[in-house]
Amino acid sequence: MSKIASFEELKALQEAERAKICVRDGQAPTPANLAKHHVLICAGTGCSSSNSMEVKEALEKQLAEAGLNSEIDVVKTGCFGFCSLGPIMVIYPEGTFYHHVKVDDVPEIIETHLKGGQLVERLLYDIPGQDKKATDMSHIPFFQKQNRIALRNCGTIDPEKIEEAIAHNAYQGLGRALTTMTPEEVIAEVEKSGIRGRGGAGFPTGKKWKFAAGYQSEEKYVVVNADEGDPGAFMDRSVLEGDPHSILEAMAIGGYAIGAHHGFIYIRAEYPIAVHRLEIAIAQAREAGLLGDNIMGTGFSFDVDIRLGAGAFVCGEETALLTSVEGKRGEPRPRPPFPAEKGLWGVPTFVNNVETLANIPVIFTKGGDWFSSIGTAGSKGTKVFAMAGKVNNIGLVEVPMGTTLREMIYDIGGGIPNGKAFKAAQTGGPSGGCLPASALDTEIDFDTLVAAGSMMGSGGLIVLDETTCMVDIAKFYLEFTQDESCGKCPPCRIGTKRMLEILDKITRGEGTMEDIDNLETLARTISSSALCALGQTAPNPILATLKFFRDEYEAHIVDKRCPAGVCKKLLRYEIDPAKCKGCTACARNCPVGAIEGTVREPHRIDTTKCIKCGTCIEKCRFGAISRA
Amino acid sequence: MACTCGGHNEALFAQLDKVIEQHKDQRGSLISVLHKAQGIFGYLPEEVQAYIAEKMDIPLSEIYGVVTFYALFTMNKKGKYTFNVCLGTACYVKGSGKLLEKLQEELGIGVGETTEDGMFSIECCRCVGACGLAPVITINDKVHGHLVPEDIPALIAEIKAAEQMN
Repeated sequence: MSKIASFEELKALQEAERAKICVRDGQAPTPANLAKHHVLICAGTGCSSSNSMEVKEALEKQLAEAGLNSEIDVVKTGCFGFCSLGPIMVIYPEGTFYHHVKVDDVPEIIETHLKGGQLVERLLYDIPGQDKKATDMSHIPFFQKQNRIALRNCGTIDPEKIEEAIAHNAYQGLGRALTTMTPEEVIAEVEKSGIRGRGGAGFPTGKKWKFAAGYQSEEKYVVVNADEGDPGAFMDRSVLEGDPHSILEAMAIGGYAIGAHHGFIYIRAEYPIAVHRLEIAIAQAREAGLLGDNIMGTGFSFDVDIRLGAGAFVCGEETALLTSVEGKRGEPRPRPPFPAEKGLWGVPTFVNNVETLANIPVIFTKGGDWFSSIGTAGSKGTKVFAMAGKVNNIGLVEVPMGTTLREMIYDIGGGIPNGKAFKAAQTGGPSGGCLPASALDTEIDFDTLVAAGSMMGSGGLIVLDETTCMVDIAKFYLEFTQDESCGKCPPCRIGTKRMLEILDKITRGEGTMEDIDNLETLARTISSSALCALGQTAPNPILATLKFFRDEYEAHIVDKRCPAGVCKKLLRYEIDPAKCKGCTACARNCPVGAIEGTVREPHRIDTTKCIKCGTCIEKCRFGAISRA
Repeated sequence: MACTCGGHNEALFAQLDKVIEQHKDQRGSLISVLHKAQGIFGYLPEEVQAYIAEKMDIPLSEIYGVVTFYALFTMNKKGKYTFNVCLGTACYVKGSGKLLEKLQEELGIGVGETTEDGMFSIECCRCVGACGLAPVITINDKVHGHLVPEDIPALIAEIKAAEQMN
């Protein structure tokens, strides 16, 4: 692409490029000799893992063989969000939504749909509770309550083509900011939108920019935190994979606002697809004159570099992240001074999260007032959640702030699989907490989550059912934070270790009631004395589970029992003599010879020998063995 | 330290030279260089760290500090096939802990270890982002989803069979 010399030129290009892909808006192609059908295939990490790229190759090959490749465009896109249905394919102009598409389905899709104009019924989505199939996304409950702002272009455009991003308004916000606004007005617009940081703490973004703009320095930096370390959260990855230009555009807007000319994207090395697409996007934006010197002829220059993380959770903390960008051990440092004053290499810097930045361009095309009309009084706009765990519809969900957990888990998520009962929703990852069934109708925003004893965090939402042990979950998170503690400050380094030891003791059935008091004391001490957010929030999973599921802790300690049947040391295996036929299958398969009995007589488990491996339950054909 | 890099020593160090040359004027490029060095050698033995220290004029102690701080850098040679068990929350609540147990039992090695024949290694990671397929294991970056412990022997047998074919 040749360099875009002015904002006017960009606007004209947007219209021309949009017309080329208007099939995806349900229109006939213009000019008419362009492809009549666009087949969009998800190329996000989820669908790629279930071989969506093989489907794409097979489709392209077979279309070429059939001589149809000029009539039908095959497009790879970012994530549609409904990851448990992958690989996902959407065919325009009809908007037909096919799921679980395999290579073997390709000939039928070509014959029946693309040539014959009929739907491939068996690949359509069955609407739960209705004896009907959904022909397009608007009929699927998972999508109906969503409002995609940050994810607006994910699943719509080919993220490796800047032309398609431009068609969908990429860099229009930057053009408007650079040509019609002063840096102060840019910051005022962000403040007006009311947007708060999506990375965890919810600090107002406009204020962050204002602080960084307020310090005088020749050199300043814009840094993007794409070190999405919360296990089970993948919204930032999807934005980067599906719409990388939105982040570059937002960085440039931020750079103009604070007077920076360089930015860094600090991204996890575990996200190879996202890194690859960012590299392509940066190269294309430079070539188009949308990054680099004299952007769109405005005289403003801004460029971006990528820095890879190397697997350290603490680097999601902004001061640790900055030291890692500098190429050092990613250890945090005390604040103040905040990065706005002394950030990267000691100069004013702001660090924003990916999802936060994905919202910025829209604030400049639709206005801060528009953005602040969505959401709740204290939390504006939408939030993307990565919903996973014991829920039917796993995937990315973007909903207005103020949506209830019940709407998310039951209306969008389709409820709990296998008829199991909901136990809790875990939000905020290792820094967050869990909400019990009584909180299902709480309207979710930054403040209500904190009031309910959890936190937004980056937006991981893990649904837990009755088969999840809450003590075990607390232990899982503590193992994580203990493992990821950088070791710089003693409260975190030693305190998380001590808490983990106590939890381990409880799950082994060796806990005492005093241990609960000790956990609470340790938790308070660590929260108030650790150096950075990792340590300060590490006790949260324990405090939240103690608050809502104290009875489970007590069952482990007093009754030496794990109600969910998870903690191995506390399990007891028993054979029901009424059901046992004496087939000897269990006794023959028991690896330690703990089962005795004669043929055709009920067998018995010697609990002193039993190692609780569960083999007997798997081998019993009569359901005579129970575990409790 | 004895060299364990095999016979491609000079060629590999020549590649490393190019990487260092590329990055030497960039501020804070050590982590990028280490990533690429690990890509070349498969791991970061002391010898490679010392070489980078010399060429980039950074104290070896600082490089060692960085290598040991980050989980993705390793000073041990990996097996030809690395099983990476996802222990992210979504996989964990769907039983990835049991996959890990079974894998360790089948291969007879622990996490971070390599089998004696240099064929298999076991690692754990935190979320590959394929939560829709939970629980998952990646084998050399190829994702295998919806696994149960009983699938593990077949996964291993499949690789062994493919190896014997070659």
